[in-house]
Amino acid sequence: MTAMGWRQRWPGPAVLVALVTLTVLASGWALNQGALPVDWRALWAADEDDAGAAWVLWQLRLPRVLLAVLVGAGLGLAGALMQGLFRNPLADPGLIGVSSGAALAAGLTIVGLAAVWPQAPRLLGSWTLVLTAFGGGLLTTWLVYRLASSTHGVRVGVMLLAGIAVNALAGAGIGMLGYIANDEQLRNYQLWMLGSLSGARWASVWTVGAVVVPLGVGAIRWARPLNALALGEAQAALLGVDLERLKRRVLWVTALITGACTATVGAVGFIGLVAPHMVRLVLGPDHRWVLPGAALTGACLVVLADAAARTWLAPAEMPLGVLTALLGVPMFVALLRRTRRLDVGM
Amino acid sequence: MWECEMQNSAVALELEGVSVHAGPRVVLENVHLRVLPGRLVAVLGPNGAGKSTLLGVFGGWVRHQQGQCRWEGKRLDEWSAAQLACRRAVMLQHTHVAFDFTAEEVVRLGRYPHRHRPHPREDSVALEAMAQADVMHLRDAPMGVLSGGERARVHWARAWAQLECPGWHERRALPAGWLLLDEPTAALDLAHQHALLARLRHACEAYGVGALVVLHDLNLALRYAHEAVLVHQGRVRAHGGVETVLSPSEVAAVWGVQPRWLQDPATARMHLVI
Repeated sequence: MTAMGWRQRWPGPAVLVALVTLTVLASGWALNQGALPVDWRALWAADEDDAGAAWVLWQLRLPRVLLAVLVGAGLGLAGALMQGLFRNPLADPGLIGVSSGAALAAGLTIVGLAAVWPQAPRLLGSWTLVLTAFGGGLLTTWLVYRLASSTHGVRVGVMLLAGIAVNALAGAGIGMLGYIANDEQLRNYQLWMLGSLSGARWASVWTVGAVVVPLGVGAIRWARPLNALALGEAQAALLGVDLERLKRRVLWVTALITGACTATVGAVGFIGLVAPHMVRLVLGPDHRWVLPGAALTGACLVVLADAAARTWLAPAEMPLGVLTALLGVPMFVALLRRTRRLDVGM
Repeated sequence: MWECEMQNSAVALELEGVSVHAGPRVVLENVHLRVLPGRLVAVLGPNGAGKSTLLGVFGGWVRHQQGQCRWEGKRLDEWSAAQLACRRAVMLQHTHVAFDFTAEEVVRLGRYPHRHRPHPREDSVALEAMAQADVMHLRDAPMGVLSGGERARVHWARAWAQLECPGWHERRALPAGWLLLDEPTAALDLAHQHALLARLRHACEAYGVGALVVLHDLNLALRYAHEAVLVHQGRVRAHGGVETVLSPSEVAAVWGVQPRWLQDPATARMHLVI
């Protein structure tokens, strides 16, 4: 009751509508930002002198903004799924090894592939890095999954430890690669690790979209089982949740979404951890709001971060990973401070 | 109204020669037990006797290595988890709720098994369950700020809501379902202990709920249970009327204390004094 002074939560549907509006507005604003002074109205400009502006918008900025929306939504949703599965607000998609596996595979590609298989870049073009990183991410997740599986099913606690072990192993590999790489490779690799949307083309929008959109929409259905899981695995099973199926599906959907995003734009941290938190602070922990809300918040954050990344130091570009942290942390801290006065912890 | 069905094994829960091992330790050994709906059955015994495991075998969350568990006439593994969730609700000893779900949200999670066939008055089910457990004033409070006893009452309300507030379906062919409660009164104050067990006994008698309740307070068992199961060292040592099961010699043998019976002159009720 209000009389008790408990924090009143905001109405879920209204906040989701507000987040959709915010994402659309942020995307429209981001379309206007850039070296060339054109705005989104040129998308429909048919006259001859504006052809250059239309090309910039259609071929460069629009795919870039859409990719930012997809990657942000994917990482936000993946984070919310992981936190629900681990019943822990500190979990993030990297826990199951997918990010470090993708990073290791990307490093091997940048540093070593040309020496081992010189024809690869010619055969696969710019997709080489995307494909190897995606494969590497899935492979490490599979390893974590195998380590955590027993005859009694997947044990989430063991999965956490296996993830830490596999992440440490991948970290060692990445360190080793940094040691043997030459200066140019090292710089390329470091830039990849910080993430960037500068490679965004329509083809990458379609590929990431083909993974994130159907899987993400499907994952919203797991909101209620994930709520039941908050009572613990034993009680969730007693409420009729098919635990093993839920765990497997959440794990693989998170791996596929995070793998696709990371492979395309590099390792963008922080979104998966913070977006679900921000939603929970405003709407409460019900996954029916947290899952879509985290996706929209993540989309907003990445769109704004990328617009800042390409304009602040224009014509130079800042790494996306730096901007997501620079932008996300103050917002997150502000929310934390606002709620700390009214409520107790998690 | 349940008397006629009482002897029918299609409504009973039965264990036949059930054994449970945890590593080298034998937790339950060759247990034969049959409980009927409409009865409040107290499960008694010292710490580590196997009471929670016994409840777990009945409820299907503890695997047994030998023997058979029959649930309302069918083998337990012939039931799907979703079907069972509509027939029985469970209160475990410890349930930690992750994230800051409010009391009302936790009670509403009890309605999860019924999401495809909601009750015509779905909204009131959770609210009535909360009123019954005296947690209405806590409905917007996050679980994290509640005391241990208040949390236990929220989980009691959740279990009650999961069975659709027994009594709402008096015309149903089957009894209202089963409540498996592991030390539900351990954290409660005096008044709420009695309120919970009185409510439970009423649900058993009026609506045919079957209840298996682990209790440590023998006098609560004497006052509210229809029958008692005495578990000791992984075996069922006695099963029957509470006063018969709790004879002074049994209590002395199982708990190692010397009890005496006293009669309350006002109510003629028997009390066990140590």
